[in-house]
Amino acid sequence: MEGTAVLGRLNWRAAKVVELTPETSQTKTITFDVPGWPGHRAGQHVDVRLTADDGYQAERSYSIASAADGPRIDLTVERLDDGEVSPYLTDELRTGDVIELRGPVGGYFVWNPQAEGTVFLVGGGSGVVPLMAMARQRALERSGIPTRLLYSARSWDDVIYRDELAELTARRDGFDVVYTLTRAQPAGWDGYSRRVDTDMLGEVGPVSSELAVAFVCGPTPFVEAVASGLVELGHEPARIKTERFGPTGG
Amino acid sequence: MDALMLDGNAAAGLLHEIFGSEMTTAVGTCDGCGTAGEVGGVHLYRGAGLAFRCPHCGNVLMKIVVGDERVWVDFRGLRALQLNG
Repeated sequence: MEGTAVLGRLNWRAAKVVELTPETSQTKTITFDVPGWPGHRAGQHVDVRLTADDGYQAERSYSIASAADGPRIDLTVERLDDGEVSPYLTDELRTGDVIELRGPVGGYFVWNPQAEGTVFLVGGGSGVVPLMAMARQRALERSGIPTRLLYSARSWDDVIYRDELAELTARRDGFDVVYTLTRAQPAGWDGYSRRVDTDMLGEVGPVSSELAVAFVCGPTPFVEAVASGLVELGHEPARIKTERFGPTGG
Repeated sequence: MDALMLDGNAAAGLLHEIFGSEMTTAVGTCDGCGTAGEVGGVHLYRGAGLAFRCPHCGNVLMKIVVGDERVWVDFRGLRALQLNG
């Protein structure tokens, strides 16, 4: 059936680091080569498992950043200073290292626009990662589905994928980005400079009759504010898909 | 609003492991209020185990506890679970 991932047993796979790309001061993209990778859909995530020498294991979920592209997947990881897993992934991992992951998982938060209208992506901080996978998949498929990304970041330097988002916008194929910078703005900044609120969602997003689906990803309070704002604006709750980051995402 | 709340989607890997198939697009019906919705969109709380709650009425739909040798699943709050496949 369309809309679900491949059925079957979910195994831990060995994933080899082939490239490390710093994105911002706090985020890094890790490219893995995963032999036997079954492919994925934009928006899905993987579970990463680290095992210490004494057998202690820690597991975290990370969204896949890349469009489906053979045996390679990109994860963009935000370093959480008090995290248990993310500092290892961003600071210690080297090309050639092998870690365990399983996936892809999650058929709920995936790029699969069926209704007519505009797709509205709303991302807070590293919540942009699965939305970027969707933008990349859309570009790869040469889809003309009208898509707008509202991206909330602390500052211009905290914007992940800045250059690529500019390139995707420059294609003028129906994709564009609106930024809001909540803590610091560069000189001459004429965009939004506050947290996403209902007024902003109303100005940036489509009216309810034109919304195909909204994908909202970020920290739990961010997602909660956006989802309730969208409902307040008259959007059907069933068209609002959310992915919350918990406080133990590290 | 609870800052510790996640979506059912966050448990996609564990659910797949337990049920053997993709579960976040399965549709569950709450035994409390009768609302039906995708498992990926229910509210998830993580503590010693996982508690899945109805986003409409807050009823606990399902609880999962993972131990060393076994997994314990309580379905008490679910009236029905429809798997698509």
